Amino acid sequence: MNTIDHHWERFTLKQKLSRYAVYLVLVMAFVQSVQSVEVIPEFLLDAPEQMADMFSRMWPMDFAYYPVAIHDAMIETLNIATLGTLITLIFAVPLALMNARNIVDSALCQWISRFFLVSSRSVNSLVWALLFVSIFGPGVIAGVLAIAFRSIGFVGKLLGEAIEEVNMGSIEALKATGASWLSILLKGYWPQVLPAFFSIVLFRWDINVRESAVLGLVGAGGIGVVLDDSMNLFQWDRVAVALLAVFVIVILAEIAVVNIRKRLI
Amino acid sequence: MDGIDTNKNRENPFKHNWFISAIWLLVVCYVLYTFNAMDLSWGRINEGFGHASNLLGRMIPPNFSRWSLLLSGLIESLEIAVISSICGIFISLFLGLFAARNMMPSWISSPVRAVIALCRTFHPVIIAILFVKSVGFGALAGILTLIVASIGFIAKLFAEAIEEISLKQVEAIRATGAGFTSIILFSVMPQVFARFIGFSTYQLDSNLRNSTMVGIVGAGGLGGTLFSAFQRFDYDFVAAILIIIIALIMFGEFLSNIVRRIFR
Repeated sequence: MNTIDHHWERFTLKQKLSRYAVYLVLVMAFVQSVQSVEVIPEFLLDAPEQMADMFSRMWPMDFAYYPVAIHDAMIETLNIATLGTLITLIFAVPLALMNARNIVDSALCQWISRFFLVSSRSVNSLVWALLFVSIFGPGVIAGVLAIAFRSIGFVGKLLGEAIEEVNMGSIEALKATGASWLSILLKGYWPQVLPAFFSIVLFRWDINVRESAVLGLVGAGGIGVVLDDSMNLFQWDRVAVALLAVFVIVILAEIAVVNIRKRLI
Repeated sequence: MDGIDTNKNRENPFKHNWFISAIWLLVVCYVLYTFNAMDLSWGRINEGFGHASNLLGRMIPPNFSRWSLLLSGLIESLEIAVISSICGIFISLFLGLFAARNMMPSWISSPVRAVIALCRTFHPVIIAILFVKSVGFGALAGILTLIVASIGFIAKLFAEAIEEISLKQVEAIRATGAGFTSIILFSVMPQVFARFIGFSTYQLDSNLRNSTMVGIVGAGGLGGTLFSAFQRFDYDFVAAILIIIIALIMFGEFLSNIVRRIFR
């Protein structure tokens, strides 16, 4: 009898309260931020006009500039992204191995690797580029290293998780034959993480193509340098061509990654 | 006797894969070629290491003496991140719903998907440049940039999450005679809410990172402070800012873990 009008609640009181607390904190943070952030209202009102002005300067695009400077810069951008992704592997693979609990079972190693992975991810690629520009001077090498160091955290973390998910059966079988740790790594772990490895690297390469396009703004080579120069000279028609080139390359890279992935996995 | 014949010539279980080897060979050739094409020589790298030790020497110890400048930049970055995340997530909720192909007819979902894809193609810095040109220097450009970046990322994930729901519950709610809003609130949302929270906390995290960067092109926040410190070669102040950024992001990760645990 009582079962019919039993009142059903999806969440317990504690769950409800903690959820409402999160909402409350969010609303308070939002209100506080909106009140204290410095926004100049005149600039906001002016925005549509300025936007229209910018687009009118961009049109017609200066396509004649493409063969002069943009083509080489785009190739350089792609090279920075690819080389950076490859160099990342040198650092990311050992850190991923250290981070995977089923390979190195030591809390200290894990903390060390996690520290490197987190700091690599926390520092933005532009900031890495600034650092490397001040070390190596402006140029491609700063861009390559910025891309490489920024990607370590991403690749290392995902690869470490992929290694932790391998099936331990074949690893134990190899151990039982008395295989050395190198053979266990190469013949036990590697074939199992291979698909994950390629998809992580391809995914990161796709991101890196986007990122390497802006590194030039701080002097680290690639299309960003052309973009920055044209912007400083207010040649918005050239900026438009450079942006279009970036757009096309990013789309092409994405299509390439999707297709290679389909083929591999 | 049918014992195990150890001398029998078995197939090698670990066969050599020539295709993979060819790929690795190609990679090596590519690296050698680019090193030549881009003038990366060992001498230059070696020279850089000297500069690196010099730079590190100037960065240590970090200089926190201008902490008020640091604090104001930090607060502005936080404000940019909070406002842009909340606005971006709010807009993405609707855009994600409109872009889901199982909820909306294709004449609505296709243009919305195109808008989302457009938001995602350009790097936040490029969007920031355009916004700095149109709304001037300052936090507003940063906020608008990160709203666009958030839409590009989470609206897409929202749409994908909604496309994966089970339609049985939608039908059940529809059978009770519920209107469109009720269907969304009581059959779609409960299925995707936990994933929404996951995406949103991730986006809050990444907006926090990006809000420290958009300042480099003049869109407000700690990035501007960092960039001017770089340009004035105040490397000890740069180190202080970097430490603060890393601490901020670790704190953000800690908070988002708590939120994720509450909403699980």
